[in-house]
Amino acid sequence: MVDLRSNFIGIASPNPFWLASAPPTDKAYNVERAFEAGWGGVVWKTLGEAGPPVVNVNGPRYGAWHGDNRRLMGLNNIELITDRSLDINLEEITQVKQNWPDRALIVSIMVPCEEEAWQKILPLVAQTGADGIELNFGCPHGMSERGMGAAVGQVPEYVGMVAKWCKENYDKPVIVKLTPNITDIRQPARSAQQGGADAVSLINTINSIIAVDLDAMAPSPHTDGKGSHGGYCGPAVKPIALNMVAEIARDEQTAQLPISAIGGIQTWRDAAEFIALGAGNVQVCTAAMTYGFKIVEEMIDGLSRWMDEKGYDSIEDFRGMAVPNVVNWERLNLNFITKAVIDQDKCIKCGRCHIVCEDTSHQAISLEVNGERKFEVNDDECVGCNLCVNVCPVEDCITLEQMTKGTDPRTGKTIDPKYANWTTHPNNPGSCG
Amino acid sequence: MAEISTTGVAAGRLSAREYVDNFSDLHPPLAKNKARTEADRCYFCHDAPCMDACPTSIDIPLFIRQIAADTPDGAAETIFTSNILGGMCARVCPTETLCEEVCVHVAQGNLPVKIGELQRYATDHAMTSGAVTFARAADTDKHVAIVGAGPAGLACAHRLSQAGHKVTIFEANEKPGGLNEYGLAAYKTTNDFAQSEVAFVLSIGGIDIEYGKALGADLPLDDLAKNHDAVFLSLGLAATNGLGIAGDDLDGVKDAVEYIAELRQADDLATLPVGQNVVVIGGGMTAIDIAVQIKRLGARNVTMVYRRGPEQMGASDFEQELALINGVTISHWAMPTAIIGDNGQVAAIDFERTQLEGGKLKGTGEAFTLAANQVFSAIGQVLDASSLADSGLALEGRRITVNEDRKTSLGNVWAGGDCVVGGQNLTVSSVDDGNVAAAAINAFLTGKGE
Ligand SMILES: Cc1cc2nc3c(=O)[nH]c(=O)nc-3n(C[C@H](O)[C@H](O)[C@H](O)COP(=O)(O)OP(=O)(O)OC[C@H]3O[C@@H](n4cnc5c(N)ncnc54)[C@H](O)[C@@H]3O)c2cc1C
Ligand SMILES: Cc1cc2nc3c(=O)[nH]c(=O)nc-3n(C[C@H](O)[C@H](O)[C@H](O)COP(=O)(O)O)c2cc1C
Ligand code: SF4
Ligand code: SF4
Ligand code: SF4
Repeated sequence: MVDLRSNFIGIASPNPFWLASAPPTDKAYNVERAFEAGWGGVVWKTLGEAGPPVVNVNGPRYGAWHGDNRRLMGLNNIELITDRSLDINLEEITQVKQNWPDRALIVSIMVPCEEEAWQKILPLVAQTGADGIELNFGCPHGMSERGMGAAVGQVPEYVGMVAKWCKENYDKPVIVKLTPNITDIRQPARSAQQGGADAVSLINTINSIIAVDLDAMAPSPHTDGKGSHGGYCGPAVKPIALNMVAEIARDEQTAQLPISAIGGIQTWRDAAEFIALGAGNVQVCTAAMTYGFKIVEEMIDGLSRWMDEKGYDSIEDFRGMAVPNVVNWERLNLNFITKAVIDQDKCIKCGRCHIVCEDTSHQAISLEVNGERKFEVNDDECVGCNLCVNVCPVEDCITLEQMTKGTDPRTGKTIDPKYANWTTHPNNPGSCG
Repeated sequence: MAEISTTGVAAGRLSAREYVDNFSDLHPPLAKNKARTEADRCYFCHDAPCMDACPTSIDIPLFIRQIAADTPDGAAETIFTSNILGGMCARVCPTETLCEEVCVHVAQGNLPVKIGELQRYATDHAMTSGAVTFARAADTDKHVAIVGAGPAGLACAHRLSQAGHKVTIFEANEKPGGLNEYGLAAYKTTNDFAQSEVAFVLSIGGIDIEYGKALGADLPLDDLAKNHDAVFLSLGLAATNGLGIAGDDLDGVKDAVEYIAELRQADDLATLPVGQNVVVIGGGMTAIDIAVQIKRLGARNVTMVYRRGPEQMGASDFEQELALINGVTISHWAMPTAIIGDNGQVAAIDFERTQLEGGKLKGTGEAFTLAANQVFSAIGQVLDASSLADSGLALEGRRITVNEDRKTSLGNVWAGGDCVVGGQNLTVSSVDDGNVAAAAINAFLTGKGE
């Protein structure tokens, strides 16, 4: 029997699917609905200092990038942290935690980068009975201009410093949420760990302008003719998030640091991929904001079915299994030769493989064979780059197949079954040969 | 066998609302969101099969991509550059046997991209916006005569005018458009589209149409050829095959093309005579069109009788299905033998069953009779050879002989559309003929011009 229960840094939840700190978790009403729908936990919408709350614009806050059929591929937002008062939020958090003791409830916090500010808010949060806190060092807009959010997250030393203040002033687990708007994600992760953080969560949103309104000549969406850069999230950012999670998971220093993965998770499969790269649980925002809370049913069901099929009893059984296989380029086997092969029965003769290879790559796919429209790979030219596989509209029609013996007709070299990488390659000036 | 009806023929069988509904667009235009969603399905094939299948070789993947990128006027320009009547073609092409038949989606087990409807979306957009216009090259002082202002003639005229030649079209009728105006089914081309399209074609300038001028005794081909630098004949098939059986002169027996022309020109559909029981003889596009339209005009029983089987029918599967959906009965393997009258008015029609014997169609001897207050013959149109008498023009099987360039046997005379050998009897192939001939004529004129 598959057991989806999750224990992330000592915080229990019935499944690993949490809602990320964002509008879906902004108030008791939404969070109660999320728990009713089956979400394992939530990270409450980020709280700020006591006093008058921030205000949001009254014009549009979101912009979207659409794929076919207006599928929402990427969402961009210029929301700030909660615009409701601290007191109300704390009251609601207390009540919701009492109502739902089995669910994880984490409080996201963003206050100025001064210890005093953290000392003030942490005891109040502790009183709510919430299971832990998440430090929002990620918000790329609005707050960073005020010296908070990404402004802190982009300076690794600050990340560790704030984490340390929090550990000193708060007893329960501390998660540090990382901004992706940084060159090397390992730096703030290492710093968070050194500061004593129990875990990191990532990614927050990516700096972005979703589009330009060519009539208004302003970023889209805009308010009174002006637009501001916002934070990008949704399916489009998943590849970036996967890489950043993997970077931390395979870094010697942070390999043991628990990760709560966020970024573009839409289905159970996305979640499984992040867990395979080492994440202990996942957080979701855009998918819920696109379809509502019910999607968690598909996520729970899909993940259990897949685990059942694979014989994994718990998340720990497969967590991190893909991490050892993420390596730097120079570790890839250069003696592994592949060629594209087209399944003629599946081919619908659209010609795309041919034209992309012909125009932009290696001139390795025919357009005609014996006067007939036919697409065949010429092994003399195919470098096995996978471009044709990626552009073919028919799934599994083109596959890359390994040559295990004989000679590679492109290079004229005999296939060598031994592993050999760039570090030992004769063309590498750095390799000793 | 249906019983003989006594209610006969009557006009105004339907309510005003029903006429509107029955003769509105067969395929309502795509809204922008639907068009873009559909456009997104296109794979932008290389050397696309759909483009090969289009007689006018419209760059289909390009125009669809332009729709997807929200530049419908650019899409329309792509279409019009290959086919100036792309708007009508989008409405009337049997796409299921042309571009859409070979769309690679079909090989993938999907429905084809709706090329025709997308083409209409783009061309409608441009005809409303007025954003696509064509300019004439500098005047060449060459003058070309064109006979017939149907699709072939209009396409040829447009290309020649673009090249800077002066064009005069001699048209026997009072209105331009040929079968676009008089022949196509009313629900395929609504809102007087044929005339708006002709106006769009003529807006390039340099094209005059002389109406009521028929090639023939008063306007011999000889004279035209002498008085112009070149001639293009696009007179379609103005005569029709008669049934040639007893009773074919009774009241209520009518040529389908003639009736459709009346329908297309009617100010009020409620004035058209419609039989209670109608029998249509034929198996082509015209037969389907008359059957469906007479049914939509309120006929109770419409039976199409074709002397061969469904596979041999000229009408595509889509057209046959359209007839069936509209409640038309299609009866195969039977030929009419006599039409029976009652007081000079048709009352019934006798048939004999047919079958193939050693590749030849033969009567089986088995007979049956259908009640009929109206009988339409839709068994094919033919060239009105009288208009060409004494011209010396070479004909073959009652159509004009042409070479690849649509050049006839006479020195400076080209021909295209339905009237030539190999004519496909399609609007789009007639446009292609006009295009091909225009290129040849232009080469001839500019070569000779030094
Ligand atoms: C009922 C019907 C339905 C059809 N439906 C479709 C359809 O859905 N889709 C499709 O693709 N095709 C359809 N067709 C076929 C299509 O209409 C023709 O292939 C096309 O119109 C032929 O173009 P054309 O220019 O050769 O001739 P036409 O359109 O016939 O034009 C010939 C022109 O020449 C004029 N003319 C004739 N004789 C003379 C003369 N002696 N002197 C001067 N002018 C003359 C005529 O008045 C006419 O204007 C249909 C045809 C019919 C009859
Ligand atoms: C409208 C909106 C508001 C957000 N507000 C916050 C916030 O207050 N605090 C925070 O830590 N992250 C915030 N985020 C970021 C999300 O929590 C999450 O990290 C990001 O959207 C990536 O996940 P996704 O691809 O599942 O949406 C916000 C995201 C959106 C779309
Ligand atoms: S891209 Fe795929 S379907 Fe298209 S021609 Fe190439 S192999 Fe065939
Ligand atoms: S003209 Fe007709 S055949 Fe050609 S692309 Fe358009 S709809 Fe298809
Ligand atoms: S064949 Fe179909 S998918 Fe390919 S270009 Fe033509 S319409 Fe598009």
